[in-house]
Order: sequence, then C-alpha cells, then structure tokens
Amino acid sequence: MISSQLRVFLAVVALAMMVPAFAGSEPLIFTDAEQEARYQQLTLELRCLVCQNQNLADSDAPLAQDLRQEIFNMMQSGRTDDEIKQFLIDRYGDFVLYMPPVKSNTLVLWLMPAVLLFGGALVVLIVVRKRSLNPGGQKEENS
Amino acid sequence: MIGRIVPIILFVLLGVLLAVGLKIADHKTEIPSPLIGKKIPEFSLPALGQEGVMITHEDLIGQPFLINVWASWCPTCRTEHPFVEQLAASGRLRVIGLNYRDEEEDALAWLEYFGNPYALNMADVSGRTAIDFGVYAAPESFLVDAEGYIVFKQVGMLTPEIIAQEILPRIQSAGSSQP
Repeated sequence: MISSQLRVFLAVVALAMMVPAFAGSEPLIFTDAEQEARYQQLTLELRCLVCQNQNLADSDAPLAQDLRQEIFNMMQSGRTDDEIKQFLIDRYGDFVLYMPPVKSNTLVLWLMPAVLLFGGALVVLIVVRKRSLNPGGQKEENS
Repeated sequence: MIGRIVPIILFVLLGVLLAVGLKIADHKTEIPSPLIGKKIPEFSLPALGQEGVMITHEDLIGQPFLINVWASWCPTCRTEHPFVEQLAASGRLRVIGLNYRDEEEDALAWLEYFGNPYALNMADVSGRTAIDFGVYAAPESFLVDAEGYIVFKQVGMLTPEIIAQEILPRIQSAGSSQP
C-alpha cells in the first residue's frame, strides 16, 4: 500500500503541474448584471470537488474551471438555479452543495446545534439550581 | 462521585471520536458516487489516436468492463499502471481507457513508454464526458456490468487488493449470465 502521505504529496505535485492548463481561460460574457449576480451566487454555494474546502468561485482547479463553464452554459440556455444544482447533484452527490439538504442521513447534522444548545442550557440550569440549593458553596464530596 | 466519572466518560468519548477520525482520514476526500447502480451516461468520444473513429456507450455495453480514467499528467496513474496491466493481461475484464483532459501526443507517448493495457481508449480532451461520470480526480475507475450499469467506483489508484476484493468478485456476479 502506498502511504497516504505519499498520495497527498503526489496530489500536490499533480496540482502544481496542472497550473499551466488554466492559464488561458476565456472570460465569461454575461447578458446582464442579474445573470452575473446569479452566476456569482451559484458558484459560491457549490463546492469544488478537487479542493474540497473551496467553492467553485474561488477554486483554480481545472475541474472547477470546467464546472464554472458548464454552469455558465446552462445559464445561457435558460436553465434555472435548481436545475443547475440538480445537474451537479446527479453527478457528484449532495456533497457538491455547501448547504446539505435536510434528509434522513443529514438529520443529525442539522439537529446537532440545537441539541448542543439545549443540552448546554440544561447543564447550566442544573448547576445553577444545585448552587442555589447549597448557598455556602462547599461541595459535599470535597469535605 | 458523578463529578469524577463524567470527565472520564467524556475523555473516552473524545478518544473514540479521534480513533474514528483517524480511521476514515484516508478516505475523507472520497465522495460516494450517486451513479452507482445507474446506467453509464451516454457519450460519443473520439478514439485516442485514431482520427475519425468515434466510440459511444453503446459500443461498450454487452460484456462487463472497467473504465479507467487516466492522463499522462497524472502521477498516480503511473503508479497504478502495472496493476491495470495485470488486470487486462489476466483476460478477466476488458479495460477501457478514458483519457482525461490530455494532449493526444502526450497520451500516445505515455502508452508507448509504459505499455498499453487498454482494449479501447477514448479521448475526453475537454473533460465534458468526465463531468457526466462525476469524475473529480484522476485516476478513477468504474466497473460496469454487461447491461451497462455502474456497479463500483474506485476513486484514486487501483491496487491488487482492490482488484481482488472489490472488482473481480463483482464481475463474477455481473458477467456470469453472459456467454
């Protein structure tokens, strides 16, 4: 087995070698400012699959460039934002969206902040109540 | 009493979280493909190095095959190349190359130098067909059954272990109905 470090290293080398490939990209010509704003918004919400903590707007990876072009072409042919997102989900899965849809397998993700908030509030409540019942502040265990 | 046990429990849970995190760290960037269990996307691509010859999805369907996404600029493709050759040489599976975002000249030189295990090679210069396959890194490999359904996808390099454990068992079930 090739170690993961080597794989990462090779990936970095590969990415470095890809640099010249996107140097000559063509500028996109939008029909109006509204379309440009839509394009900016969409590429902000969609993830680059190569550098996975970047969105499509920020990424310089060749795939991100291809996908931006594809999004632009779909906009030109009159497809809606939802259709464009669905196009990408069909190929790359929900992962391509920065905001995952609420589904059975993402429920934990969506509910966790609320659970943590209420859990924390509950702990605070219990601690405060305990202290108010024991105003001297001495804990029984420590004595 | 409880005051002492709670931190220990939290510490153990944190340790479990760390262990799980380390275990999946190698596979963290692998995205499960929504194409598994679906028919291969339709395409029509020129055959690499053969001017005027087009290959479509319909040309491939009929027997199980493996689509291997590769490029001459991809160092991991070079690393996996001997394993792809072994698989092709075993005669158990057709290996079809999808040459991804490459220069024809470079791709042909690469095959000349390292050897050509591919029954067919398709040139996807623009990367447009690769988008339909949900390709986001090379190498990637798609195992397709005789009816044209994608049964397995490997992101990253093929290894003898993956070929033996993931690919060959699947063609026995996928291809046995074919003559």
